[in-house]
Amino acid sequence: MLRFIFGKLAYLVPTFIGITIVAFGFVRVLPGDPVLLMAGERGIAPERHAQLMAQFGFDRPLWQQYLDYLWRLAHGDFGTSLITKKAVLTEFLTLFPATVELGLCAIILATLIGIPAGVLAAVKRGSWFDQISMGTALVGYSMPIFWWGLLLIILFSGILQWTPVSGRISLLYFFPPVTGFMLIDSLLSGQKGAFASAVSHLALPTIVLATIPLAVIARQTRSAMLEVLGEDYVRTARAKGLPVRRVVGLHALRNAMIPVITTIGLQIGVLIAGAILTETIFSWPGIGKWMIDSIFRRDYPAVQGGLLLIAILVMVVNLIVDLLYGLINPRIRHN
Amino acid sequence: MKLYKKMLAATALAVLMAGSASAKTLVYCSPASPEGFDPAAYTGGDTFDASSRTAYNRLVEFKHGETTIEPGLAETWEVSEDGLEYTFHLRKGVKFQTTDFFTPTREFNADDVIFSFERQSKKDDPWHAYTSGVSYEYFDSMEFPTLIKEIKRVDDHTVTFVLSRPEAPFLADLAMDFASILSKEYADKLQADGKMDNLNQAPVGTGPFTFVAYQKDAVIRYKANPDYWNGKQPIDDLVFAITTDPAVRAQKLKAGECHIMSYPAPADIEGLKADSNLKVDEQAGLNVAYFAYNTLKAPYDKPEVRKALNMAINKQAIIDAVFQGSGQVAKNPIPPTMWGYNDAIKDDPYDPEAAKKMLEEAGVKDLKMKLWAMPVSRPYMPNARRTAELMQSDFAKVGVQAEIVSMEWGEYLKKSSDKDRDGSVILGWTGDNGDPDNFLGVLLGCAGVGNNNRAQWCYQPFEDLIQKAKVASNQEERAKLYEEAQVIFKEQAPWATLAHSTVFMPMSSKVSGYKMDPVGIHRFDGVDIAE
Repeated sequence: MLRFIFGKLAYLVPTFIGITIVAFGFVRVLPGDPVLLMAGERGIAPERHAQLMAQFGFDRPLWQQYLDYLWRLAHGDFGTSLITKKAVLTEFLTLFPATVELGLCAIILATLIGIPAGVLAAVKRGSWFDQISMGTALVGYSMPIFWWGLLLIILFSGILQWTPVSGRISLLYFFPPVTGFMLIDSLLSGQKGAFASAVSHLALPTIVLATIPLAVIARQTRSAMLEVLGEDYVRTARAKGLPVRRVVGLHALRNAMIPVITTIGLQIGVLIAGAILTETIFSWPGIGKWMIDSIFRRDYPAVQGGLLLIAILVMVVNLIVDLLYGLINPRIRHN
Repeated sequence: MKLYKKMLAATALAVLMAGSASAKTLVYCSPASPEGFDPAAYTGGDTFDASSRTAYNRLVEFKHGETTIEPGLAETWEVSEDGLEYTFHLRKGVKFQTTDFFTPTREFNADDVIFSFERQSKKDDPWHAYTSGVSYEYFDSMEFPTLIKEIKRVDDHTVTFVLSRPEAPFLADLAMDFASILSKEYADKLQADGKMDNLNQAPVGTGPFTFVAYQKDAVIRYKANPDYWNGKQPIDDLVFAITTDPAVRAQKLKAGECHIMSYPAPADIEGLKADSNLKVDEQAGLNVAYFAYNTLKAPYDKPEVRKALNMAINKQAIIDAVFQGSGQVAKNPIPPTMWGYNDAIKDDPYDPEAAKKMLEEAGVKDLKMKLWAMPVSRPYMPNARRTAELMQSDFAKVGVQAEIVSMEWGEYLKKSSDKDRDGSVILGWTGDNGDPDNFLGVLLGCAGVGNNNRAQWCYQPFEDLIQKAKVASNQEERAKLYEEAQVIFKEQAPWATLAHSTVFMPMSSKVSGYKMDPVGIHRFDGVDIAE
């Protein structure tokens, strides 16, 4: 098992270096320079422009800038935002809990509904439930997030007035963040109604962000189950007279879970992409919205640092998924 | 320990909130996060709304809802005859805000004024580079480093600004956000504590609202400054709920989650007006959208060609289709809310037939033109691409073949400034300080050629007038000069003036006392809300 883990870790090093090159290169491929954008219509004198470019270090050759960047990374310095003048890592950590909270809720919701729906659709293949749920999944998968979010806001917040429109908690509640997770902080605050307010604010963004992963998980579960249900050992189990619940729930599901877990792990990328839109529409102060703002403002260090931190996150989650995979499927860890 | 402290603070705040159950809170749905809280270090309107217009004051202020100047922290002032010395007599008994993080021990005085300007001008001032990458763009672009020769401390409550040349817009410049007055005592404390960065995170000023807390990208909280020199505000708490999407802001306003919002989407305005719980204020924005020819290049070097092209553009169609009614046709390069606006000027009529004839007379045949369309939406131009398409078909009617070009915004700004630019550009401007020089001088003066003067137009009779107006100190006289300058502008037609957008401010009908500001800032002093 240890060899398996080290093997996986060894892969991370070149991946990490690759990511630093991509993160560094990506922002520089974007046309337009940050100083010009900051100046806007007002414009800027060429001398002042050169002075600011030098101040930010953008006037040096790219390879020098890159090496300097790596050197600072090695010292845990992810750069300083050109806009807010704060350390990128501090900004990231301030906003990260909001994204994690939303992402976790979304993936839990997607899993709790997606897996049972997929299993049921597979067991009752061809039934109306199968057709409707898989049809809905396809629609969900194709749904433009921005439009979907706005639609839910208009229906649930505007017309029915069941949920708040946006934000993380009602403005009536005001307490400094302790963990950064609003559900936990609202409980810790001891203020009456704070937790309920946080939950109601989470509802719509969670649904919106969960929509695509839910569709993917349901469809993946269904196809994995169908494959497994056709296996000999399942037929044998059925022939032995085991109850359907046991055959499906224990024998089939456990094996079908292997590709499903990989799929769930891969959803982290989808979640981050989805978080960018979901956070923007629900005014959710997380890293998705922050990244978009930073890209528009050509805040190189923030975009670069943000990309890198997100990439590290995805790598770590994938590693965990790989390890879990090993736990579930003994063949992998022994090979 | 840290956690314990945080918990203690939370409890204290909870008690505070409970104690102020009847507190009046005004919630403003703001469109973007502030970049920081030091108004001199930024140029963005959302940053100003959140810092300079809440926490800070200036020596002089724009009269609420106007572009005329009124006393602020300076009660009175005199200007020397040569226009080189401005002496300000400072208001006495003005207190800086008391916050959780700072308790002032002295009142506002001349040291604060000197500190607020010298930190921007003096490179050896420890505050000049107090945080990484800080720069003072407005201070520089208003040419203050060369304009201000010296700031003299006459006594505790008198300061004199010595200028290197007469500059009539100087007072208006001092009402701008970058000229906000900070507390020197607070700065000294931050420096002693080694927390200079905090100047940009936690503002302390003399303004109507005291900064309480900022949760990044989510909420900014203020409370009414109990010691405000102009009296305590009618509301107790002011909250900025940062909501990026305009459709979501409109929903929040309808749902009562905020009381007032800025920048609604044009498509939402009708719906907001129809809501009986809301009212929608509107005002012509202090802006202009224009179409600038490159007057250095043939055939656009001929005024008659430019005029003919202007007459080919159906501006009303652009207002209807692109602004969806939230704008008005522009006939002058300055907006109608500004003093010095020449209302007697007649716009070139939309007349394709006449335009075609004029082009033929000028010997222009089969003209091919590049038509530059901005890639972004701005307050003065919601959709440049659509505008360009409309203009393209207008030009086709007079036999001019226009090709629409666009590029990334930064590139667009840079390349459109080039003197040898091929093509005519759609662009615009939002005023900074309500002074006509901020439009006519900046955008059409000879000094702006190769830079902000996108028409590359340097016309001596016009230049003489605006230079004369820049140094004249009497506003009436200046207004006359600017009116004349607009006549020349119209004759010479370096631009087609396209539109002034209308700015809308939807709010709950419970809100009273809100005045829309021509400079485009959002001020909440004097605003009340019915319970």
